[in-house]
Amino acid sequence: MAIDPQPEAAAVAAPTAGGERGPWSLAARRFVRNRVAVAFLVLFFLIVLFVLAAPLWADHVAHTGPNKTHTLQQLTVGGEKRDVVNVEGQPIGPQLFAADGMFFLGADSRLGRDEMVRLMYGGRTSLLIGITTALITTALAVILGLLAGYYRGWIDTVIARTLDILWSLPVLLVGIALGVTLAVGGLKIGPLELSGGSLWIPIIVICVFTVPYIARPIRGEVLSLSNKEFVEAAVAQGAGPLRVMFGEILPNLASTIIVFFTLTIANNMLFEAGLSFLGAGVQPPNSSWGTMITVGVDLLNTQPLLAIIPGTMIMLTVLSLNIVGDGLRDALDPRSKIDLEAHTGTVATKASGAAAI
Amino acid sequence: MSPAPLLSVKGLRVGFSTEGGLLQAVDDVSFEVRPGEVVAIVGESGSGKSVTAQTIMGLTRSKNARIEGTAEFEGMDLIEASDAELRRLRGDRVAMVFQDPMTSFNPVYRLGAQIGEAIRAHRDGVSKSEARARAVELFEAVGIPNAEGRVDDYPHEFSGGMRQRAMIAMALALEPDLLIADEPTTALDVTIQAQILELLRELNRKRNLATILITHDLGVVAEIADRVLVMYAGRVVEQGTLDQIFFDPQHPYTWGLLGSLTRLDKPRPVRLPQISGAPPSLLALPEGCSFRPRCPHEFGPCIDLPPLQARLRDEPGHCDRCWLSPEAKKEKRQVAGQIGLEAPTP
Amino acid sequence: MARFVIRRLAGMIAVLFAVSVIVFVIFNVVPNTNPAQLLAGKNSTPVLVKSIEEEWGFDNSLPEQYLTMMKKIFTGELTSYKPRISVDEQIIERIPATFSLSIGAAIIWLFFGLLLGYLSALRAGGWLDRFLTGFAIAGISIPVFLIAPVLLYFLTYKLEIFPNAQYVPLTENPSEWLSHLILPWVTLAILSIGFYSRVLRSNMLDVMNEDYVRTARAKGLSERRVMSRHVLRNSLVPIVTLFGLDFGATIAGTAIITEYLYSLNGIGLYAIEAVQKFELPPVMGVTIYGAFFVVFVNALVDIAYAYLDPRVRLGESGAS
Ligand SMILES: Nc1ncnc2c1ncn2[C@@H]1O[C@H](COP(=O)(O)OP(=O)(O)O)[C@@H](O)[C@H]1O
Ligand code: SF4
Ligand SMILES: [Mg+2]
Repeated sequence: MAIDPQPEAAAVAAPTAGGERGPWSLAARRFVRNRVAVAFLVLFFLIVLFVLAAPLWADHVAHTGPNKTHTLQQLTVGGEKRDVVNVEGQPIGPQLFAADGMFFLGADSRLGRDEMVRLMYGGRTSLLIGITTALITTALAVILGLLAGYYRGWIDTVIARTLDILWSLPVLLVGIALGVTLAVGGLKIGPLELSGGSLWIPIIVICVFTVPYIARPIRGEVLSLSNKEFVEAAVAQGAGPLRVMFGEILPNLASTIIVFFTLTIANNMLFEAGLSFLGAGVQPPNSSWGTMITVGVDLLNTQPLLAIIPGTMIMLTVLSLNIVGDGLRDALDPRSKIDLEAHTGTVATKASGAAAI
Repeated sequence: MSPAPLLSVKGLRVGFSTEGGLLQAVDDVSFEVRPGEVVAIVGESGSGKSVTAQTIMGLTRSKNARIEGTAEFEGMDLIEASDAELRRLRGDRVAMVFQDPMTSFNPVYRLGAQIGEAIRAHRDGVSKSEARARAVELFEAVGIPNAEGRVDDYPHEFSGGMRQRAMIAMALALEPDLLIADEPTTALDVTIQAQILELLRELNRKRNLATILITHDLGVVAEIADRVLVMYAGRVVEQGTLDQIFFDPQHPYTWGLLGSLTRLDKPRPVRLPQISGAPPSLLALPEGCSFRPRCPHEFGPCIDLPPLQARLRDEPGHCDRCWLSPEAKKEKRQVAGQIGLEAPTP
Repeated sequence: MARFVIRRLAGMIAVLFAVSVIVFVIFNVVPNTNPAQLLAGKNSTPVLVKSIEEEWGFDNSLPEQYLTMMKKIFTGELTSYKPRISVDEQIIERIPATFSLSIGAAIIWLFFGLLLGYLSALRAGGWLDRFLTGFAIAGISIPVFLIAPVLLYFLTYKLEIFPNAQYVPLTENPSEWLSHLILPWVTLAILSIGFYSRVLRSNMLDVMNEDYVRTARAKGLSERRVMSRHVLRNSLVPIVTLFGLDFGATIAGTAIITEYLYSLNGIGLYAIEAVQKFELPPVMGVTIYGAFFVVFVNALVDIAYAYLDPRVRLGESGAS
């Protein structure tokens, strides 16, 4: 009888407490225990409901559309007539339910559009862009990260250098440049044709510049995963590259991907707001929360809410996504408090980040 | 009579509250270290050796830790001592050498400066240049060639073995009475391992430096230990002198450890069957003897935890935690692989 | 070290080349319209379009067009079209405003970000840490275009504590310079304060688990010394890289929006006004100079980083 002196992994691995629970249900339980994160997840869903309700509110309460102007019209409030836009060009302030829900938050500018309706439709655009770009970015980043990390060699070099270059661009500035040139003339690549006002243009701009932020960390993770035994075992059993990348490595990236996806929605919504705010994103007459702030800032002195309300909506959405993302990270990757001897190389990994390029 | 102990640990228990519940990393460990003595603590990874050592140094104090028992060092109980008292002792009277010399030095400071920092933390009025000069002396003492030229190197410029020498030099900086070496050779190549052990043995002899040597390798123990504690799942399962453990081992776990040992003095006996399974999770220890799930000799009484006690009439210092009678042990041991039957050829 | 610097500079030149190609592609290849039309702006006359076409040589081959663009950018021949003014002169005139804004804000965010992160890490898990973490997440989530309107409305319009921004040169009137910049600084710094404090906190928590921190304690160092000399010092190394990436990106990003919101007559405001008039030469100029600046700062930071981390400097680790 002899004892293998190194059954280290088995001794160090944290045993599951209550028996048969899988890692996902454990993570779900940990997340649910995080009250703050759950509360903000609920807030996020409320915001989504709010923007989804836009047509209902527009048709049944406000009786107008997001881009409809009411400059020369009057509103009956408590039997008294009021200008939607007065002679000095000042839009009417919030009416709440005084006019049966019309101009609930007042009018947006001298164009006299219903601020509440625009807020709801604008939110749709902002969220739509945020989520779409996050989906595309994450998918692209995962594919690039897998290819670079798995094949290494020249494929990795090409991908990594491209990402480095994109990473080192002044993102907003180049984003503005690209957004503007595209907004003027639209885009035409082969059969694909987009007009200047298309929402796809800000989506493309955002995707191009945010891919490296996810692809780089994923590539790093793939690099280290592909040295692991289970990958080598799969290769030894004759699994092809696709099978290894998507069957073996990808599932191990799931928690990273989920966290990044959540945080990327938040980040991209801020990016969209920035672009739109500067006129290089969503083009009029479409609204997004970013374009609404641009309009509102001009009237800051007299009608501060026109800038503050859409700004607050962005903040609440981004805040809830950030907190949910953080909560997910904690739930999916609780720093194992048990490993005392297994952290060699932490600093070295960080150091290698600097030597890029 | 043996001299009064330098360090006397009694009933040491260390538990950590973790997500999975209370983890009893060390359970009822007692031992003594006398001046000039080398006490080895052996056991598989995860058996609580490092936690024992670090608790003596006060390095496991944290919110989630529950520490009980006493550890008297020259009359002061290190478990009860205040943080400030412990700090004064650490590095000065009791010094520690860690397993991985790669990561145990701060990569951004020069080695000489890190040694100097230890000296200046305990001796007011030592200037930086004096501390550096002392570091050079220490480098020479531990056999680092060209000490003067290398004392200003960064850790990564040293090879693993040299780095461990530097680590030992740092531990010796203030001439401690007790050295705790936690797996000092585990991360090193075999030839370097031998050199480092030789260095430790020499220090022990020349400076009469009491040493606690932690290792999972009985081969290392055989080289230098006076007395040995065998730990399993947080508990001491056998303790005795080097000869007692090597030539009359009482616990089936110790037999297993000895069986995996490569004997350099004899042709290797027939390959012994590997023991099945892994050490138990400390969060879900089996009832009774914690070695039970892996023990081929388990019988009725093993469902109760055996006490650590001397079971051989004429050897009061040789204790173990196994219900088998000494006679039964002798017999089973023979069947299991003839361990400990012949006297050594030194 | 010399080899490191040379390698780094070579890398920088490669990136600069790539950046210029990207900008070229954005302005000359991507657009689906006549680029001359694009350069001339929204309400251009055919005469103007014709002259621009000749000026930029749009009927030449792409490499020739690229060279023309680079030549214009580097010889300072870039001019805006309505009115016809040199882009370079405009940019140079506005550098002080942009630098005052970004450097001042950077000092504020570094100071508070690191201070809060340090406190948070020291008290990890305690109520102060929770409070600071909440504050940091909120800070990261507040867009500048919410902070600025709120601050402006309350502190400038209602309470009239701060002047309605605009830039006053430091050389002209230091106290006015300061009072005009306080709100923009705060606006720009809040996000980064949150971000840096989070990064420092998590770096410190990682470093606290390092073996060498245990060694430092085992040497008998005081807790304060362990924290400052070992934990903090080593946690700052990656922060330097972050700052390099971030400072450039901030000048070329959030600072633009801040300038616009506070009507600070800096480079960002210039670029935005050009964007809104669809005047491309200023956008092109600002973009490419901005990119060069960012790349340059990144290179400087990497070299500084190498000083801080001997392993990089001496070329042991680092190849990723
Ligand atoms: N701070 C801690 N918190 C929770 N568990 C710990 C802590 N330190 C050590 N442990 C656990 O205590 C057990 C014993 O560890 P250790 O003493 O390092 O074993 P070894 O004998 O290999 O040195 C291990 O299971 C380890 O995971
Ligand atoms: S007590 Fe029983 S189970 Fe434990 S070691 Fe002895 S024989 Fe084996
Ligand atoms: Mg250990």
